[in-house]
Amino acid sequence: MRIPILKLHNYLLISIQTELDDQTAIQFQEDLLKQIHRTEATGVVIDLTSVEVIDSFIAKVLGDVVSMSDLMGAKVVLTGIQPAVAMTLIELGIHMRNVPTALDLEQGLIKLHQELGE
Amino acid sequence: MNSQSCVSIQKEWDIVAARQMGREIAKQLGFGTVDQARITTAISELARNIYLYAGEGQICFEIVETLEQKGMTIVATDSGPGIEDLSLVMQDGYTTSGGLGAGLPGVRRLMDDFDMESEVGHGTRIVTTKWVR
Ligand SMILES: Nc1ncnc2c1ncn2[C@@H]1O[C@H](COP(=O)(O)OP(=O)(O)O)[C@@H](O)[C@H]1O
Ligand SMILES: [Mg+2]
Repeated sequence: MRIPILKLHNYLLISIQTELDDQTAIQFQEDLLKQIHRTEATGVVIDLTSVEVIDSFIAKVLGDVVSMSDLMGAKVVLTGIQPAVAMTLIELGIHMRNVPTALDLEQGLIKLHQELGE
Repeated sequence: MNSQSCVSIQKEWDIVAARQMGREIAKQLGFGTVDQARITTAISELARNIYLYAGEGQICFEIVETLEQKGMTIVATDSGPGIEDLSLVMQDGYTTSGGLGAGLPGVRRLMDDFDMESEVGHGTRIVTTKWVR
């Protein structure tokens, strides 16, 4: 299972629509970094509206994706985290403090525009 | 009344199978969306620990009903290496695999009752319950 990555101007857009198993998550991490490199994208929005579970493994992969993309010069915003998922993450002790987030895809794009000044 | 269903954990995909079955049971029992997410996440953490540290094992679900309340119990069993220091692995951030070390302490917070037994060289058994509010 591969998660599709769309390109829009200087941005990459990803909407995760599948149940995230470990292999898919790791494959996605790799694919995204390659795409950032290939397209020279400056911003990435990962939309999690359809994701019903984020456990500590997926949280680590997502956090790593943000840091790795950052190292490559692309800013990542996570959007659409469901209320139940947000509560569960905090109870797990995972605060994702260094991870930029926004309510939905549109807000995510606005945030990128603001932060990147493009 | 008591009923039980199990998923055997041998490959990575079984983690997904376990949490899908668990979520279905939680939904049928009448848990709300947030509790469903808590239960599913707990299952995911326990199943992954079996897969990572014991290689294989089992996740079973039991519906428990008393006169006053109804709940769902997750039983995670493996015959892996076992855990030497139970209080150490319950500490936030403790990991031997480069993980976040949030799994076990997280499961205890996400669920209502939590019990862990382990014998080095013989395996680990975790029993944890969430009650319908
Ligand atoms: N079923 C198990 N068998 C043996 N050791 C385990 C088992 N589950 C957890 N552990 C040990 O407890 C540690 C903490 O587990 P956990 O809280 O899930 O964090 P993480 O999986 O991120 O390391 C693990 O790193 C591992 O050493
Ligand atoms: Mg774990």
